[in-house]
Order: sequence, then C-alpha cells, then structure tokens
Amino acid sequence: MALDKNQIAQRIAQELQHNTYVNLGIGIPTLVANYIPQGIDIEFQSENGVLGMGPFPFNGEEDPDLINAGKQTITTLPGAVLFDSATSFAMIRGKHVQLTVLGAMEVSENGDIANWKIPGKMVKGMGGAMDLVASADNIIVAMMHTNRQGESKILKRCTLPITGVNCVKKIVTNLAVLEVTQNGFKLLERASGVSVEEIKTVTEADLIIEGEIPEMKL
Amino acid sequence: MINKVVNNIEEALQGVESNMTFMVGGFGLSGIPENAIEALSKKDIFGLICISNNAGVDDFGLGLLLKRKQIKKMISSYVGENAEFERQMLSGELDVDLIPQGSLAERCRAGGAGIPAFFTPAGFGTEVAEGKEVREYNGKPHILETALTADFAFVKAWKGDTAGNLIFKGTARNFNPLMAMAGKITVAEVEELVEAGELDPNQIHTPGIFIQRILQGEKYEKRIEQRTVRIKE
Repeated sequence: MALDKNQIAQRIAQELQHNTYVNLGIGIPTLVANYIPQGIDIEFQSENGVLGMGPFPFNGEEDPDLINAGKQTITTLPGAVLFDSATSFAMIRGKHVQLTVLGAMEVSENGDIANWKIPGKMVKGMGGAMDLVASADNIIVAMMHTNRQGESKILKRCTLPITGVNCVKKIVTNLAVLEVTQNGFKLLERASGVSVEEIKTVTEADLIIEGEIPEMKL
Repeated sequence: MINKVVNNIEEALQGVESNMTFMVGGFGLSGIPENAIEALSKKDIFGLICISNNAGVDDFGLGLLLKRKQIKKMISSYVGENAEFERQMLSGELDVDLIPQGSLAERCRAGGAGIPAFFTPAGFGTEVAEGKEVREYNGKPHILETALTADFAFVKAWKGDTAGNLIFKGTARNFNPLMAMAGKITVAEVEELVEAGELDPNQIHTPGIFIQRILQGEKYEKRIEQRTVRIKE
C-alpha cells in the first residue's frame, strides 16, 4: 500500500534528531510536526520570523500577527522568539537551522531540486526555498513519487527550472525512501506491500539496489 | 528629540509620484501598511515599481494597486496568492522580478546599511543567477546580489513614538525593519502612537533615525489569509 500524506510525514519524523532546529516547508512537510518521536526535542523555525513555533491556535484564539510561512495562523511555545526576515535568513544561510524538509516537483539523481516554477503555466515564486536549499546541511524532500499525469518526479535530470543544485540528501515518497548518493539514487526502503519492481517501473532515474530492501516501519 | 509625526495619511504620502520605487513591508497580509496602501490605491499615480515580499490578494493589500494597474513592476519572492497578479504577469502586462526571500531581505538591509552588494549561495545554478557574477568562497559558489533602496518605504509597526522609534508584534515584523532602513523617505504607520519617552529604549526594534514620517493608522482590518485552528478536546 502506498503511503498517504500523513504517513509520508510520519516516516520523515523518524529522521528528526534530538535538540535540533528544523524548517518545515508548506504542504506535507508541515504535517511532520504532528509526529515528533517521544524524547526528541525540536524547535521549528518558520522563515517569516519565528523560532519555537507551536500548534495551530484553538478556535477564537487566532492572531493575525502570528502566522507561519504558509500564512496559516499559529501559536508559539515557551522559549519562542520573533525576529525580522534578515535575521531569519541569517539563521538559514548561516547553517544554524540543521534540517530543512520541503516539497518538490522534481528531484534529479545529482540532488538538484525543482519546485518553484512551471514556465508559462505556474509562477508563484521561490519564496525562501532557494535560500534554504543553498545552505542547509541536511535537506529531505517530501513528495509523491509521480505527478498527476503519473510521470516520475525522480529523474536523471530535472526538466523544470531548478531551485538549487546538488543539495537534496534524502527523499520520502508515497512508495519509497531514497538516498541521494555520489552515484545516484539508492533505494533504502519501500512502502509496505510495494515491490522493488513496482518502484522501478514508476521511477525514470536508475536506482541503486543493494540486497533485500526492507519495508518502511511506521 | 526630532519629531516625526504627521497629521494624516495625505501628509504622510506627500511627494509620491508616478514611476517611483516603493518598498512595502509585510509577509502575506501580516504586517502590511494597510492605511498607506489604501491611500496610494486612490491616488492617480502609475508606473510604480513595488518591492514587497508578496503582492497581496485580489481585493486587499497591494492587490488594490494591481487592480488599478498602478504597478508596472513587482520585485517579490512569492506571489502565489493573487490571481490578478498571475494573470497580468503571464499576459506580460506586469514586469516581475522574483528573488529568493533571504536575498530580498538582505538586499533591503544592505540598501539601508550602506553595503552596495554581497555574495550569497542562494540561487546559484538557477535562473536567478543568470548574468550575475559568481565567486567561490570556502569552496562553494556564490552569486553577487546588489542592494535595494526606494524613493519611499511604507512600513507598519505595532507601537511607535513621536521620535519614530518602532516596536513590532509577532511575525508582523518580517520585512518592515529592513525596508524602514532602505527608504529615502520612510513612512511608518502604527497601531498605537505614544509620546517619546513612553517606550522603553531597551525594547525598541527599529530606531527612529530610519523613519521620516510616523502616524497612527486610522483603522486596521488585519485580514487572516489561512485561518487554521485546532479543536479543543
């Protein structure tokens, strides 16, 4: 069974390291905050200027002056801090934020990512994504394995305008966990009940497959 | 104390003309100078270049200026919330320069801080780097980004005093302190204007030296773009 969006987030949450600062992108990455493992302390950074972001507010307690980068209303946790956009990107560019989780339209086998533009069709802008992928030491992509047309989003070369070069370290899709290595994509795990052959069929890029590929544990 | 107070929004906007470059603070609709934007949208000024992280929504924020086609060029990082914007851009009516958000923030900061340009890793190898000088530092390629300044910067703070000192609230701070530094004339509108001496100097975020005109905004709608809540169990 392919994973749903929440299960992708749940699998990514297993990658969270104790006592780290993490930036979650819009979409599936935001859901990762719901699955922090026991005993792991994380502070979430949102690039519009908050560190120590908490859950959504209760109904009636929304504050228009307190939002995340997805413009959603949020709360802050004890120890939280607020700052301007230049300070926020000093944290990001200066590698003080240790992990970035973001969505993508395409990832290539050398770790390039495309997620900001479809020429002639969709131009929403890169927001903070280019700054994030250019600097974070650890970048995990959360996305579906294929696009709406059923085409592989895991490619030898990106076809869309890229957001950053040679930066993605790991990808968690609805079908698989992949690592970006010097030699290309290495298949680490497969979704429960999904065969290696099935994954190969919907993946345009070559996969490095070593030994038995375990199922993801959620 | 140098008094920065102006009596009304008309006075605050004195000198704005067609073809000027404006910086407009805010992230999404949070911390936008609502009163200045509304007043600008009623003026017959056109051909504007607006530097702002976002472009408002169709009927609020900079969307008001876009609807009247007052803006000829936007310099932003993310414009996904505005359908009219996307239409004008794809049809070629509106010129758009999309910039990585951190570079946009730093370019405003640099503009106000007297730094003409800087190197950043953001955007290397992408469309953003086209035509820009590349230099390697610490074994990594960086691109040259230049500072931004503006004829007017419009910012919004929570509290301000008559000397122009500002305190922001929550994530409504965002680009406001940086743009405040980079405007030839910076107009600050605040929710609450107090006498100089009433704000604790230790708590001030933006020193009044960066502000030329300050006023208390007449009204604030503070619209929420994505109301997300959880249910009390």
